[in-house]
Amino acid sequence: MQYDIRLAIGYNYGAPSDRARTVVRLLPSNLPGQQRITARLLSVDPEPDERRDTTDFFGNAMSILSFHQPIDRIDFKLHARVERLAPAGSLDLSPNLAGLGAEIAAYRNLDSLSPHHFLGPSRRIGPEPEIAAFATSFHKPDQTVRQTVGALGQAIHSEMRFDPGATDVDTPPGEAFANRHGVCQDFSHVMIAALRALGIPAGYVSGFLRTIPPPGQPRLDGADAMHAWVMAWCGNETGWVEIDPTNNCFVEADHIVVAYGRDYADIAPVKGVLRTSGTQNSRHSVDVEPI
Amino acid sequence: MSGQAKSLPPTPLLADYKLRSGVADELFDASGAMRPAWTAFMAQLAKLSPEEVAERFARGDRYLRDAGVFFRQYSADPLQEREWPLSHIPVILHERDWDAICAGLTQRAELLERVVADLYGDCTLVRDGHLPAALVAQNPEWHRPLVGMKPASGHFLHLIAFEIGRSPDGSWLVLGDRTQSPSGAGFALENRMATARVFPEPVPRANVRRLAGFFRAFRGALDDLGRNGGRAAILSPGPGNDTYFEHTYVARYLGLPLLEGEDLIVQNGTVQVRTVSGPQDVGVLWRRLDTGYADPLELDETSQIGTPGLVDAVRQGRVNIVNALGSGILETRAFLAFLPQISEVLLGEKLKMPNIATWWCGQDSERSFVQDNAGKMFIGDALSRALPFDIGNADGLAGTAQTLAGDALGTWIEANAANLVGQETVTLSTTPAWIEDRLLPRPMSVRVFAARTAQGWVFLPGGYARVGRTEEAGALSMQQGGSVADVWIMCDRPAPPETLFDNERFRREDTGALPSRAADNLFWLGRYVERAEGAIRLLRGYHLRLAETGDPDDDSVQQISNLLAALFVDVGAPAHATLTPMLGSARLSAGRVRDRFSVDGWAALTDLMTSLDAMSANIQPGDECARQLGILLRKITGFNGLVHENMHRTSGWRFLTLGRAMERADAAAAVLTACMAGDVPGLGLLDMALEYGDSRITHQRRYRVDPTWETVGDLLALDANNPRSVLFQVTAMRRIAQDLPRAQVAGRVSDVLGALLRLETQLVVAHPSDITIACLTDIRAALADISAKLASAYLN
Repeated sequence: MQYDIRLAIGYNYGAPSDRARTVVRLLPSNLPGQQRITARLLSVDPEPDERRDTTDFFGNAMSILSFHQPIDRIDFKLHARVERLAPAGSLDLSPNLAGLGAEIAAYRNLDSLSPHHFLGPSRRIGPEPEIAAFATSFHKPDQTVRQTVGALGQAIHSEMRFDPGATDVDTPPGEAFANRHGVCQDFSHVMIAALRALGIPAGYVSGFLRTIPPPGQPRLDGADAMHAWVMAWCGNETGWVEIDPTNNCFVEADHIVVAYGRDYADIAPVKGVLRTSGTQNSRHSVDVEPI
Repeated sequence: MSGQAKSLPPTPLLADYKLRSGVADELFDASGAMRPAWTAFMAQLAKLSPEEVAERFARGDRYLRDAGVFFRQYSADPLQEREWPLSHIPVILHERDWDAICAGLTQRAELLERVVADLYGDCTLVRDGHLPAALVAQNPEWHRPLVGMKPASGHFLHLIAFEIGRSPDGSWLVLGDRTQSPSGAGFALENRMATARVFPEPVPRANVRRLAGFFRAFRGALDDLGRNGGRAAILSPGPGNDTYFEHTYVARYLGLPLLEGEDLIVQNGTVQVRTVSGPQDVGVLWRRLDTGYADPLELDETSQIGTPGLVDAVRQGRVNIVNALGSGILETRAFLAFLPQISEVLLGEKLKMPNIATWWCGQDSERSFVQDNAGKMFIGDALSRALPFDIGNADGLAGTAQTLAGDALGTWIEANAANLVGQETVTLSTTPAWIEDRLLPRPMSVRVFAARTAQGWVFLPGGYARVGRTEEAGALSMQQGGSVADVWIMCDRPAPPETLFDNERFRREDTGALPSRAADNLFWLGRYVERAEGAIRLLRGYHLRLAETGDPDDDSVQQISNLLAALFVDVGAPAHATLTPMLGSARLSAGRVRDRFSVDGWAALTDLMTSLDAMSANIQPGDECARQLGILLRKITGFNGLVHENMHRTSGWRFLTLGRAMERADAAAAVLTACMAGDVPGLGLLDMALEYGDSRITHQRRYRVDPTWETVGDLLALDANNPRSVLFQVTAMRRIAQDLPRAQVAGRVSDVLGALLRLETQLVVAHPSDITIACLTDIRAALADISAKLASAYLN
């Protein structure tokens, strides 16, 4: 499936922000066998005095921008053409949890998507006893890891209510889970905490959703903004599986990947340090159309 | 003790010095004979009476107090300072032992460099199974944004330390590696200075190796690192850090600017310091803050003390950081389990000096071993960077702490295996400590500092040992009451003298421009001290009047209290409560630029605070209070005198003086305004204004009439010769502003200088009758505008 993606994000600052420096992760990348980029362009207004486009540890495209003069607003525009290939549906060859543990222990590699990065606590996701207990209650010993991942995704989807006003980007997963509500970021953080509690490596994926669903299907939650979902490592044979707990589905051709990380903090779309005390307001729009 | 009689006459000092079996001792060897390195020192000590010893120790303590040496105790009060806990008896090691220690640690330094380069490079140690992936991937000190980074200098490690101890069989072993930003080298210097005052005799001190050469070598290495990219500086987390004193001390000693994260900007890939002369390149940062805090953009996003973009500058090879960001991972406790084997893999050699035996419970056989021997082990967090004797609450020492959590030891280990290590509990050697007029054996460990230079690793010969408060090894921790001793490396012949400076290569150093943040703090220090002085003067005037009338409800007394209220000074509150916030702010500002203060200047400020604290809250208003305020006034004048007589006329002095002049000009205008606004004939406000201006006598001599608003306005606003007049201070500011950077660019004066010239001219041409409340209000607005212009041109 080919998509035409347009994204606009903008911020206004109450007081001019001095020497702003920003790291942006908005550009989708080529992922062999999953997605191919035909064209991509990120434009920034006002024009930054410095811009460096590079990749981060996890292989994501990262733009480092710096402004030498104070700015009172900043606008990002992304335009990309992406071909998304749906993962081939395959037999479930994943081991059970004990088998997964042995495979991880034998895995001696720290490449960017090594399962070892996605097991321990990360900046936004520490040990969450309540989520861990929830996860344990949904795991059955005879399940394969992939089955466990699917069951947990479904459980979290039905347990939590999608509510765009209830949380913000800094809400801890424990709090979102305690209140059983949130947006895609909260659903994803909760599910990652649950998977890690069981010993399943789990990471955070940011990206886009197709805006208008295929005929006869409901519009997906989160389609009017950047989206987030979960990846889980299901052993050497299966590798990474992506699942969207907000929409209760395994990821297929409707999801376009921008970045992989351990949690939101690794791959926040716009990270900035702004020397300003004034108020900010922001704009955000996304359009993802099949061609 | 048989050996004691052989070496020196029986001394009552050692009457209670009981050696314990199974414990090595520094003073006596295994046979019970005194080690030769100690004999001359002990003979000297034995000649002293207990009174003489006490007098000498007090001398050492006084030195430390006067020098302002402190460390910060982490407690409920985040800024609580503790006196440096010096154990006055040095630890003495023979040079032969020391050289063997250094040989072992040179090998270890090389090994650590290879390990950290691998962890941020190809990770072959993990790939080949020499280091478990989990201990790297889950390690909070393995910073992914730095993976693939190659230090510009080619090396990660430049100044490191090792905590070492002597085991019962007399051999040395490494207790922990300090590679993040080891502290203590500066304290070692202070230990040496203090101990030299306690034991000044040339015998045996002449045979002790000097410390200065190490710092000269390290300073040279820093200069070499910055050769292509700009000057060297120290990057500190700021005054809240437990070893901040050391940062200021070392900065002064080595002549390096002391910076904080907000002093730095990254522009076009280059690290620059914001100074009053504009941004200047920095090529080397000796960092004293942990990696995570260094860059909120790519490391810990919550850090308030970092520099956005620093990681990117490192990646582009534009700055050398000592030690490279990310080096802290080598301190990981669990690594001690793997380093012996890694040494054979990477260096092809066994470790010359072993480290404390450690087992990672993430491996099956190691876990069983720890389970079986738990009673003899310390069990704790595998990824912790704490030293073995810094025992946390979650750790299990010999199977005690986990019972608090209600779990059986075995269950606890099983459930948390991958997060735990077991370490042998080492019985450290003892060394003499002076306790209640005699020497008692106390456990000790030595911190050894090593610096990379062009000639290889160079070691600080001694200077720093920790000595336990009790016989327990855990009592070594300073946070738990342990103390610190000098370490003497004793030679068989006199050690060559050393100095910090290489006298062959004398050159006058450019000290670099003043960082904007330092200028800001100096400016505000000047303002706060002056503000406090003004408040003291007014309060004293009030209390003198009160003493004269004896009646707080007296009209004239009431009038003055209203005047003070208009100036935000509440006479109802105790003077102490009014002044503490002002002087507290002054001290806070001073504390942020402590490296720029002379020891005397700091002592004067401390003394002022102590006098203020001593002022009782329920002091009698009137005469007694006026007298106490008089004392404070003299002390504050003393501080000002010290600063202005002794401070070099550099940018720092200029901003401090600008702050004082600004505050003084504004206060004079404010007092005049308030007096005029509150004036009722006969109530003495004119006198009060004169008193504030310290100008009563001048007025009598000059005008030969009773004060009127014209004469007082002339004296306090327009008199070019009265240091308490507005004009005098504006002229002073204008003169200083002429010497500030960029005062004139292409023939045009700067905004600051222009505004000062305008105000000065206005005052010079004014007639005393022009001085009205409206005019004074304009003057104060002009002063506020000048202050804002100053801030935007130099202080941000």
